[in-house]
Amino acid sequence: MFPDEFDYHEAESVSEAVDLLEAHAMEETELLAGGHSLLPAMKTGLSSPDVLIDISGVDELRGVSVDGDTLSVGAMTRYSEVLDDDAAHEHAPALTAAIEQLGDRQVRNRGTVGGNLSHADPASDLPGPALVSDATLVVHGPDGERSVPAEEFFFGMYATDIGPSELLVRVELPSADGAVGTYAKKPSPASGYPMVGVSALVATDGDAVSSVRVAANGVMDHGVRLEPVEDALTGETLGDDAIEAAASYAADDLDEAMMMDDLQASAAFRAQLLEVYTKRALQDASERVSASAAAD
Amino acid sequence: MAEHDITLTVNGTEHELEVESRTLLVHALRDELGYTGTNVGCETSTCGACTVHLDGDAVKSCTLLAVQADGATVDTVEGLADHGEFHPIQTGFQEEHGLQCGYCTPGMMMTATDLLEENPDPSREEIREGLEGNLCRCTGYQNIVNAVENAAETMGSGAVADGGSVEELAGGDACASDPNAGAETTDRCEVRWPDEGESE
Amino acid sequence: MSIESLDPDDVDAADILGSAIERREDPALITGEAEYTDDIQLPEMLHMAILRSQHGHAEISDVDTGAAEEMDGVVAVYTHDDVADEAVSRDGSLLIPTGWLLDSLRQVDHPVLAKDKVRYQGDAIAVVVAEDRYVAHDATNAIDVDYERLDASADPDAALDGEAGQLHDDAEGNVAFDWEIGDEERTEEAFDDAAHTVSLDLENQLLIANAMEPRAAVADYHPGTDELDVFMTSQNPHLHRLLMSGVIGHPEHKLRVKAPDVGGGFGCKIHHYADEALVALVARDLERPVKWTSTRTEGYKTDAPGRGHVTTAELAMDDDGNITGLRVDTKANLGAYLSTFAPAVPTYLYGTLLSGQYDIPAIHASVTGAYTNVPPVDAYRGAGRPEASFLVERLASLGAREAGIDPAEFRKKNFVPDNAFPYQTQVAVEYDSGEYGKPMEKALETVDYDAFRERQEEAREEGRYLGIGFSCYIEACGLAPSELAGQLGAQAGLWESSLVRFHPSGTVTAFCGTSGHGQGHGTTYAQIVANELGIPYEDVEVVEGDTDEIPQGMGTYGSRSAAVGGSALVKSSQKLVEKAREIAAHQLEADPADVEFEGGEFGVSGTDRSLGIKEIAQQSYLAHDMPDDMEPGLEATSFYDPDNFVFPFGTHVAVVEVDPESGEIEFENYVAVDDVGNQINPKIVEGQIHGGVAQGIGQALYEGAVYDGNAQLLTGSMQDYAVPKSLHIPDMETESTVTPCPHNPLGVKGVGEAGTIAAPQAVVNAVTDALEPFGVDTVEMPMTAERVWNAVNEQATADGGDAADATDADTATDADADTGGEN
Repeated sequence: MFPDEFDYHEAESVSEAVDLLEAHAMEETELLAGGHSLLPAMKTGLSSPDVLIDISGVDELRGVSVDGDTLSVGAMTRYSEVLDDDAAHEHAPALTAAIEQLGDRQVRNRGTVGGNLSHADPASDLPGPALVSDATLVVHGPDGERSVPAEEFFFGMYATDIGPSELLVRVELPSADGAVGTYAKKPSPASGYPMVGVSALVATDGDAVSSVRVAANGVMDHGVRLEPVEDALTGETLGDDAIEAAASYAADDLDEAMMMDDLQASAAFRAQLLEVYTKRALQDASERVSASAAAD
Repeated sequence: MAEHDITLTVNGTEHELEVESRTLLVHALRDELGYTGTNVGCETSTCGACTVHLDGDAVKSCTLLAVQADGATVDTVEGLADHGEFHPIQTGFQEEHGLQCGYCTPGMMMTATDLLEENPDPSREEIREGLEGNLCRCTGYQNIVNAVENAAETMGSGAVADGGSVEELAGGDACASDPNAGAETTDRCEVRWPDEGESE
Repeated sequence: MSIESLDPDDVDAADILGSAIERREDPALITGEAEYTDDIQLPEMLHMAILRSQHGHAEISDVDTGAAEEMDGVVAVYTHDDVADEAVSRDGSLLIPTGWLLDSLRQVDHPVLAKDKVRYQGDAIAVVVAEDRYVAHDATNAIDVDYERLDASADPDAALDGEAGQLHDDAEGNVAFDWEIGDEERTEEAFDDAAHTVSLDLENQLLIANAMEPRAAVADYHPGTDELDVFMTSQNPHLHRLLMSGVIGHPEHKLRVKAPDVGGGFGCKIHHYADEALVALVARDLERPVKWTSTRTEGYKTDAPGRGHVTTAELAMDDDGNITGLRVDTKANLGAYLSTFAPAVPTYLYGTLLSGQYDIPAIHASVTGAYTNVPPVDAYRGAGRPEASFLVERLASLGAREAGIDPAEFRKKNFVPDNAFPYQTQVAVEYDSGEYGKPMEKALETVDYDAFRERQEEAREEGRYLGIGFSCYIEACGLAPSELAGQLGAQAGLWESSLVRFHPSGTVTAFCGTSGHGQGHGTTYAQIVANELGIPYEDVEVVEGDTDEIPQGMGTYGSRSAAVGGSALVKSSQKLVEKAREIAAHQLEADPADVEFEGGEFGVSGTDRSLGIKEIAQQSYLAHDMPDDMEPGLEATSFYDPDNFVFPFGTHVAVVEVDPESGEIEFENYVAVDDVGNQINPKIVEGQIHGGVAQGIGQALYEGAVYDGNAQLLTGSMQDYAVPKSLHIPDMETESTVTPCPHNPLGVKGVGEAGTIAAPQAVVNAVTDALEPFGVDTVEMPMTAERVWNAVNEQATADGGDAADATDADTATDADADTGGEN
């Protein structure tokens, strides 16, 4: 319940945050965003940083904006702010579908998109949507900004491409351009984190699937694309049979020996859930496609 | 930078206090300012007993450093009622037997009011989803859902038909904005220290 | 369906008993005005934190507190040797006592701070007292303990296997006791002669109570008077005072234990722990107020868990499906030491309930209690009775399958017949009253059973799996009488005490020795007393939970408060009315025998002369005109010792749909029909059922304390131990029947634990009913999606069927389904 002592610094800007990171490079330093992973870890003694740099109030890190075909989400944008933004729903439906199911009401009022992605918890909800959305993560460090595709951003459990004096500043998502985004999640009953969470982004041309991207959270040590599912479904008519067939390939590229295996679910059961929830994510997409077709 | 002077406006009353970097908002509210209506049920941000409104949004005050709330407005259960007049959510909980031991209730009500602001007429399923971050061990939740429905009906039928916020409805700003308020208001705004006599 | 609350102002005084009035407790609780223990702030107050063992079982060779003592803000650090100093302990035992003894019980020492050995993760080693909570916590981290780890076991099977590390020198093989009940020989004969038998190996998993308010204590010592006040999260302040006075060597009359508002208990605040005693001890030693509040993760390691049985149970039946015998062998987890009532829970609160609602001619149960490296195990909501009801009702469903009889019919034909009450079971207890068919019929009607079976058939054809599960439970509450409890091993009487006092102005304070912590006693007791005295409900104030105010008491647990505490209030009220009658007769110049009391008025029969009881109260304090030799004043104290337990009963029915592909379970309906005797406040009864069922569903689907091979708790936080959330619990339909208890003045039975006792097996039976086409007849609790999925697959694999292909299962395993149990 009681964090160990630390020094707290509030950064006013990205450059101040980077300066602070550099100044405290020799100490154990953590960036504080929404705090919903960090503070519980500090309160239960799992994490004891010497220095906390609070970036949650940095204005330039907050907000959702559209620039041409790209939706940009500031790293410190709270989940609830994303959900309140119509453009986010329109251009990044896979992201908003996942955020709707993330945490709980209070967590969504406080937690941030960037905090989530930077933390890279294998059981967090956003790596999958970042992957299916073909997102670019923009990182700022002493040498300025650099862009990292989502595919290259996640290294493994709690490990990303963010360097020691860098921070994630925004996520850029190419517009879904009418594609349907869904998220199907089997939450742990205790923590609410996904045992398996499947994100899908499906575009159709008439009845046929013109493009589909599917990714899973909670199954491996970081979010993963399910390419065999994508390959099987592309060009098919989006219906129960095609979905069932495609979902059966969900675990094909994944090594079950490397799958998450813990108190919440064994690797074998995760593999089963992966297939079931892939099916559900795609069925949901299929229903939404039908509904929007009917509405047209 | 281990000590910080901060300002918190709690239920309309401004407080200045010194906190350590690590002091959690819930401890600042309870131990430093005496707002003991907000309870602590876990340290993993799971149970929601410590839910308060921070600048109008429901948050878990055990997962927030007090220093992070510097300059913010905090509303707690003590600010729900207005001069002894219950907020509809309080009436709902009482009428529907939405509480037993009462420990989760302040947090439950603060989350519920946040939910009702966004969705004034939620379905039972939406209420259950909205309260996902608040654990109750006594009621089995059914009467809590009834309580929130009851409050939604009351609020929809009159007081906040215009969509006014909970804080407005409960007159949350009365203390701060009305320096000439009478004794009754002052009473309500006073920082509540437990009565020593009672404890002995 | 849901009971509507009433404003007490809208209820006629004559109708107050039995009315669903709103609770008077609520205004303080919904405004933040309530005062829980941690809310108490005293001047100069210090904070205590406890250093606990990191290991499940270890020798301690050294505890170095030097660094902690030197930290700024640390006032004192105590280890075992420090508290043993006579200046600190006085003549206290510093050993946690056991409140229930059995003939075969091997008692072991349970020191408040571990000396040279720790026996569970969480065992207290040292305490720090500091100026604030954060510093106290920091200092515990600065204490250095040298551990030498020992073999540990968390489950009773492993602990008793002869190879496990032994916890206590005085308990060879980790056996705490061997206990049996029933007639072994007769039961063996029943099985020899049986036409059908079924057998079930089951685990009734260890659960953690998770009262929302963590345990806490504040102690305040007054050196001038030697008075020591302890405010603590207690379900039974008088019992805590008695036990604590021995542990810390403080005279009982100088020790005050007060339970302020208490945020739930469910059993875990009955027991006497080391922690609260340590708070009192160090506050006395330092002569400053001291507060300790458990964190949630600390609570997971120390709050007494409940259940923890590993059992083999068998049922014998004749050709017609009549139950002829029941045989049970249980290994019960007692944890590292004996908690306050630990020996009673898996014995007299368990074995005596094994007849369920059924007329079973031969029963035998044996129970071995095991010391293991988990926290001391004790009562958790239901305590022994859920374990009994679970196995009886699981066997009833398996037995019905085996006998080829519908599960509802099977139960009905085996019920104790209505004309057999009072019914003497084969396991010592005598059921007071019952009509077991009534709730069953009502439940069948509510779920529309015949239509359900048709829907189930149709759904199966579509590859959807619906299931219905019955639980015809019995519980026993208000354990009594004291003489019997004493014969069975209780080291306390199980009466209840009350004091009802008229004030001169005509209002009343009713004191009761129970100690509510969310049950609404302030409301229900006022309803009882107002009804007895014929005065307005608002004129009665109820006081509980303070040894300085209430003469004596035994506390709130075992669903006893209404039946025993309520009856004590009736008894005091009646004594008071008798005294008032004599005063009235005297002042009305009539024979007391001619004075009738009704609606608060004493009237002389056949005349219009009368006096109100409030006026008599005033007269009694004026004492200007009293009968000869009568003392002034109008109050009465009583001790009510019940003649017997009370035996609530009912039928719960769960209707679920199971997805064999994902193992997920969804509720379609949950119906609870309970007979708790007369109801003082039906709204509060409904709330108790809701909450109890939710905890039962928690056991069925979500909860369970899981330890690794070193007895390290893996479910040590709310992120890992699934306390059910709002989305996990379905809306329930609650109904009731009323069969009054014949032996207490209110005719009430008790309701606090009914839902928790009933629900788990209703849900398990529903899931196994749904999965009957797959040949699944059992799934262990908690029935996680993975366990359900495994059950479907294992069975399908065993049958040579296709594991995941749900649609084939119906036909593939239909024949096997009839074979039911695994005899």
